[in-house]
Amino acid sequence: MSELITFGQAYNLALAEAMENDEQVILLGEDVGDEQGGGVFKTMYGLSGRFGTDRVRSTPIAEQAILGAAVGSAIAGYRPVADIMFMNFLTVCMDQLVNHAAKLRFMSGGQTAVPLTVTTTTGTGRQFGGQHSDWLEAWLAHVPGLKVVTPSTPADAKALLLASIEDDDPTIFIQHIALMRAKGAAPAADHRVPLGKAAVVREGTDITVISYGARVRDCLQVAERLADQVSIEVVDLRTIAPFDEETVLRSVVKTQRAVVMHEAVKAFGVGAEIASRIHEELFGQLKAPVHRVGSKYSPVPFNPGLEQDWTANGGDLEVAIRKVMG
Amino acid sequence: MATDTVDSTVLLEIYRRTARIYHADCKFRQMISTGELAIVYYPVRGQEVLAAAMMTALEHDDYLVTIYRGLHDQIAKGVPLKPLWAEFAGKRTGTCCGKGGPMHITHPESGLMVTTGIVGSGIPIATGLGLASQLAGDGKVTVCSFGDGATNIGAFHEGVNLASLWNLPVIFLCQNNRYGEHTKFEFTSTTETVAERGVAYGIRSVRVDGNDAAQMYAAAREAVEHARAGHGPTLIEAMTFRFNGHVFGDPGKYIPKEELEAAMAADPVPRLREQLLALDISPSTLDDIDAQAVQEVEEAAAFALNSGQPELRENRLDVLSEEILG
Repeated sequence: MSELITFGQAYNLALAEAMENDEQVILLGEDVGDEQGGGVFKTMYGLSGRFGTDRVRSTPIAEQAILGAAVGSAIAGYRPVADIMFMNFLTVCMDQLVNHAAKLRFMSGGQTAVPLTVTTTTGTGRQFGGQHSDWLEAWLAHVPGLKVVTPSTPADAKALLLASIEDDDPTIFIQHIALMRAKGAAPAADHRVPLGKAAVVREGTDITVISYGARVRDCLQVAERLADQVSIEVVDLRTIAPFDEETVLRSVVKTQRAVVMHEAVKAFGVGAEIASRIHEELFGQLKAPVHRVGSKYSPVPFNPGLEQDWTANGGDLEVAIRKVMG
Repeated sequence: MATDTVDSTVLLEIYRRTARIYHADCKFRQMISTGELAIVYYPVRGQEVLAAAMMTALEHDDYLVTIYRGLHDQIAKGVPLKPLWAEFAGKRTGTCCGKGGPMHITHPESGLMVTTGIVGSGIPIATGLGLASQLAGDGKVTVCSFGDGATNIGAFHEGVNLASLWNLPVIFLCQNNRYGEHTKFEFTSTTETVAERGVAYGIRSVRVDGNDAAQMYAAAREAVEHARAGHGPTLIEAMTFRFNGHVFGDPGKYIPKEELEAAMAADPVPRLREQLLALDISPSTLDDIDAQAVQEVEEAAAFALNSGQPELRENRLDVLSEEILG
């Protein structure tokens, strides 16, 4: 049996490797230094001890300053990783992200690149309530100039975070809170995941299920559970923006049916974009309209029963698959 | 501070930069009035000397972050007039290939890293540039230029606090022209001065007559030396006035007539000229500088008008590090 690591460990390994490989990589964020605990989930523990508090800087609770300092150091040639503890806190620094990080390369006519990585966490399952659990990836994916990434396994987490840091564009790396201590196979030494490339994580012939992040696990479980009734192909997007249209369309050409699943609310989400693109390209070849599965249209509730009910799950996916299969 | 504390060669250099700014601003307003140029323009008439004195105290590779009312800062920092003018006109020969426009001039060769259209948002970015210089040990100083209106947004407080905390080589240059858009400073600020806000964050804070070249240059020089010596940031509140409305075309009816008349009677441009004449600089020397500036401005304006439009392909370039397909 191969070695297992957690998402948190994968994240720590990627940061350490990136900092080891390139002295221009720096880390900014609240509580990221060892003295402050190495991050709220301890995923950055050991880095300031190893690389120094110049390169691993604990900041005040000031998201605009963290993101702005990351943008400024990025245009001066550094590769900052700005840790924004929870994804909801990105709303506090959207100006820096949307008006500056995403646009400075374009507005300068290519004179200033912004090789910045924002690491953040979100998701249900640990009852963080309405202001710490939202999935805002559709907001970010909608902004030209930003790349958005979220892993579904620890091995991919390490590879995708390294790829994000090495990439010359601003990238948002989203980690699911509830999976921080979940384990998966450790990455092989040569495991690399380029940004913008999806993976077919299970082959099938009847229907394609497209997802990303934690919800890929639901897709695989449902595929297993229904294996004797329907052959489900599962595509893990890995990078939400830019979206790997080629891999998705190739799969749907084969299966002629598709469902998209995410944890963000269904309305106006990434699923709408993917479903629409499939319809635009493959309308005549589809055996049924593409369906979407997303969480309920309300703020994320605190109560565990309500939170569980809110979150899109395997049962919701199964209902959608049955509808599409007819 | 008397003019005799500053060398007349320095004052002459400030005059040279002032003349370029003065004639460029006049030419822009004239061209927009006659319909030769259709752009949104934020006039800088009245604030020329302040910018010229500040940038004369810098080296060419020091960094500048400025805002949409930034023509004076950009010219003073040394952005070449032809590509600068062409960018204001949105032409292919502009500093940013016409993709930035008047509110988003970038020219790293001259140290101009960001021009932002969002009030106050350059402040945390300047802090990040300061961080980069501190980490690199390159001895560069970053000047961040903004108006009095910016000192009421959160980014000012977060950015100044972080720069102070980390002792970064940044000069926060508040060009207090007494109006934020259409609203008087007194109406929006709880403190009488901006400088006292810097004191609250533990940084060197000074308030000067920004329209007096010698006083402004001396303050700039001290701030630059302070930063280069590793002693951290300075907040300079430079008092000035805007002779035009917020945007060109705004008649500025909210400015009391007496206030405007008094400010115009103390016009910093002829004031600097008189100071130079009092130092036995001949009128013909100054006339030659003006004639030279007029010629450079005319050439730049003609260059911009005669330049072609950007290729439409530009919309696929510089969005991300790779060209966008399709």
